[in-house]
Amino acid sequence: MRNDFVKQTLLEMERNKNIIFLTGDLGYNALEPIQKTFPERFINVGIAEGNMLGLAAGLALSGKKVIAYSIASFLTMRPYEQIRSDICYDNLDVKLFGPGGGFNYPTHGHTHHTIEDVAIMNVLPNMKVVCPAYSWEAREATRTLIRHSGPTYMRLSKSPGVNYEKAGWKFELGKSYHIRNGKDVVLISTGNILDVVMATANLIEKKSGKKVGVISMPSLKPIDDKLIKHLAKTCSLICTLEEHSIIGGLGSIVSNILSQSQCASRLKVFGIPDRFIKDVGSRDYLLAKIGLEPKTLSAKIIRLLN
Amino acid sequence: MAQNKKLQGLATQVREHIIEMSYGSKSAEIGSSLCIADILITLYFAILDIDPKQPERPDRDHFVLSKGHGAAAMYATMALRGYFPETELKRYRVDGGRFHCHPCRSASRGIEVSTGSLGHGLPIAIGMALTMKSEWPNKKVFVLVGDGECNEGSIWEAAMFASSHKLSNVVVIIDDNKFQGFGATDKVHPVDLSAIWTAFGWNVLEVDGHDIVLLEKVLLKAKRRRDRPTVVIAHTISGKGIPHIENTLGAHYYTPDEITYLASQHA
Repeated sequence: MRNDFVKQTLLEMERNKNIIFLTGDLGYNALEPIQKTFPERFINVGIAEGNMLGLAAGLALSGKKVIAYSIASFLTMRPYEQIRSDICYDNLDVKLFGPGGGFNYPTHGHTHHTIEDVAIMNVLPNMKVVCPAYSWEAREATRTLIRHSGPTYMRLSKSPGVNYEKAGWKFELGKSYHIRNGKDVVLISTGNILDVVMATANLIEKKSGKKVGVISMPSLKPIDDKLIKHLAKTCSLICTLEEHSIIGGLGSIVSNILSQSQCASRLKVFGIPDRFIKDVGSRDYLLAKIGLEPKTLSAKIIRLLN
Repeated sequence: MAQNKKLQGLATQVREHIIEMSYGSKSAEIGSSLCIADILITLYFAILDIDPKQPERPDRDHFVLSKGHGAAAMYATMALRGYFPETELKRYRVDGGRFHCHPCRSASRGIEVSTGSLGHGLPIAIGMALTMKSEWPNKKVFVLVGDGECNEGSIWEAAMFASSHKLSNVVVIIDDNKFQGFGATDKVHPVDLSAIWTAFGWNVLEVDGHDIVLLEKVLLKAKRRRDRPTVVIAHTISGKGIPHIENTLGAHYYTPDEITYLASQHA
């Protein structure tokens, strides 16, 4: 997914000479093509995220479009006040791209587990929040966000092996994508946990015979509230799944919409429980530890369906 | 002389462990662990007043690994010092393991601070020093900071505070390995660390970070200072011990192959 971001960014920087790229000393073995192609517009700010986002605000105020890059946890949490007060308050044209969303740096420990980013970015006025699931979404979202005017945040993770795009799809902010249809239960997911969600859907169908729909929602702010309201009237069970805290992410956003709608659906939120995950292991290991894996998820959802 | 040879032998063992841990877990972040083995062995075996049997004894020296990405070296050093069996090092970055690649307090008694995001360890250490100044005035807090980590503003906020409050019980060691995440440190910010720390009111010493005799001498000197905080700039070699990655940016991201692993175990 990071390579999709880099490839699309190269195209955008070629197209728009006004783009400045800042990195907080990260991107080894990934950002070199941008550095080599646009050395005058690529700046390694150093390990100084607060300064990087302050600089980004200043560059944007003086007419530049700015891309700021660092590991997602450092990018969103360390300079949070700069993002809120310097960038979002004045709706400045700064784009945040953070690799390592969720448990994508699994054995790096708590400082690299990015499980609150959607919550803290979503709460900021003017901010747009996108979590692509796989290669197509990442590439298309990169283009859309860079061409958008105003602050944006995109969480980058590792793509699942499968690409799910269909002919004619076009990425838009606030749009969702039906990966598969099914009305007994609809699973809504955001980000690269989509592969777990697809495997879960297969298991539910196999074990219960129920028809399972899967929707990918890479755009969390704005979100496809029209579709969520429609599902609330037509589907008896909606499940949200995300590699993010159960507080403040996709589940909370959907819950908020449903609470203010005519709703015939039940909602079940699956995500990372409200505690720090101190276990050591791979992403799959950590997801299994907290029950975000197909066998556990499918069993829980089948129980809800019955 | 015998003591020096013993410490050098222990530092070599730390490097062997680091390579084995990295090879076993197929994980990187090795270069910045290899380069601090001599510093950590000198601290844990010759400088710090600590007791692995009573890790929380209040009248102890504290050590904080602010550059958390060097944790593999700290785990290996702590194992050799007796905090936990060396066999536990096999549980580094594997499923069901014990150790992340950055320190977590809950992984072992004796790990003073959970770190991993740069620029956090020093302010925390200075907070500890503030308490210790009144409660255990003869004890010190040693903090290992990366040269790249000195990019972070929080380092300088803490440095200013420590000198303003005359916290002579703080000793910062800078692992000056000349590299950071995306370039050579003197290319990202070509600054004179010695001059800056001096300007911030610190006593500044410099040492070869791989010469255990000199390290012990300089760290003891730093430990004796009573007027203001001291920083020891330790010149090190990123990837120390694996010749083909020494002094390279890629050392940080290197995972040992089988040939390197086998060579290290028969060194």
